[in-house]
Amino acid sequence: MVPATMAMPMTTKIRSGGPSADDSSQLWLERLAPSSPEREAAVVELHALLLSAARFEVNRRRDELPHLRGDDHEDLAQQSADDALMAILRKLDDFRGESRFTTWAYKFALLEAAVKVRQRAWQGREIPLEEEGWAVLADVAAPAQRQAEDAELFGALREEIARGLTARQRDVLVAVTLNEVPIDVLAERLGSTRGALYKTLHDARRNLRAALRERGFQLGAGEE
Amino acid sequence: MNDPDRPTSPAEVLARLLGPSGAELSCEECFAQLDRYVELSIAQANPDQQVPGMRAHLEGCPACEEDFRSLRALLESHGGSTSR
Repeated sequence: MVPATMAMPMTTKIRSGGPSADDSSQLWLERLAPSSPEREAAVVELHALLLSAARFEVNRRRDELPHLRGDDHEDLAQQSADDALMAILRKLDDFRGESRFTTWAYKFALLEAAVKVRQRAWQGREIPLEEEGWAVLADVAAPAQRQAEDAELFGALREEIARGLTARQRDVLVAVTLNEVPIDVLAERLGSTRGALYKTLHDARRNLRAALRERGFQLGAGEE
Repeated sequence: MNDPDRPTSPAEVLARLLGPSGAELSCEECFAQLDRYVELSIAQANPDQQVPGMRAHLEGCPACEEDFRSLRALLESHGGSTSR
């Protein structure tokens, strides 16, 4: 279903300075323009494309939602398509013609569907405690199973995570990297955004690398 | 904890904890460039040279990496053409 209220884009031309859009993309922009007599039909067509993308994503993630019925999957896809359509109509002016218009539009539907599936999968579940993350570290660092230098490195990592990071950095790092909490789910619980939490994670990682270097650990070629 | 889905390799855990080295895009920049990057990837048109910092970000951010894989899979399911 197409939402009744839609934001109206102010322009229909691709911004100057970017590549020129292909004919198909330019046609989409012209048809979606507020003054276009074809706008209503174009919006319906766009919604159908977004719904197909959302169904594709929900279907790919079906295993994450074993408790849902078929109708629930379809509801998630419909909600995702509706929200993606709203976002796209708000942001039409951001389309720079650097890809096909449909590729640009699909990413909104896939994002909405992926986030909704993750959030539904974690609905009612508690975020794992920090201690569970430490258990992951302890498992991989078990001296009996690993090289001594691994045990030393992981011991130092644990110390630096505990004392070298802020509480927020530690919470995000442990939840996302050790306990595998999806960053979108964590963002929802913390009233934040994926981008803001990733910045926190990035800063935590940078601090850890610096601390390990200072302690004389040589990180692999891929780390520095 | 013996969750079979959890990483058990020290290298894997280390990579998750320390993330990519060097410059990387933010999540917002990644989303803004994702459609272009995926089309370049499918066309094998040097996506990493044309969108610096994207590869590192996808290595460090599981959610954005999933978005990349989903968009690529969707386009490939349509035949993978990026012609205009």
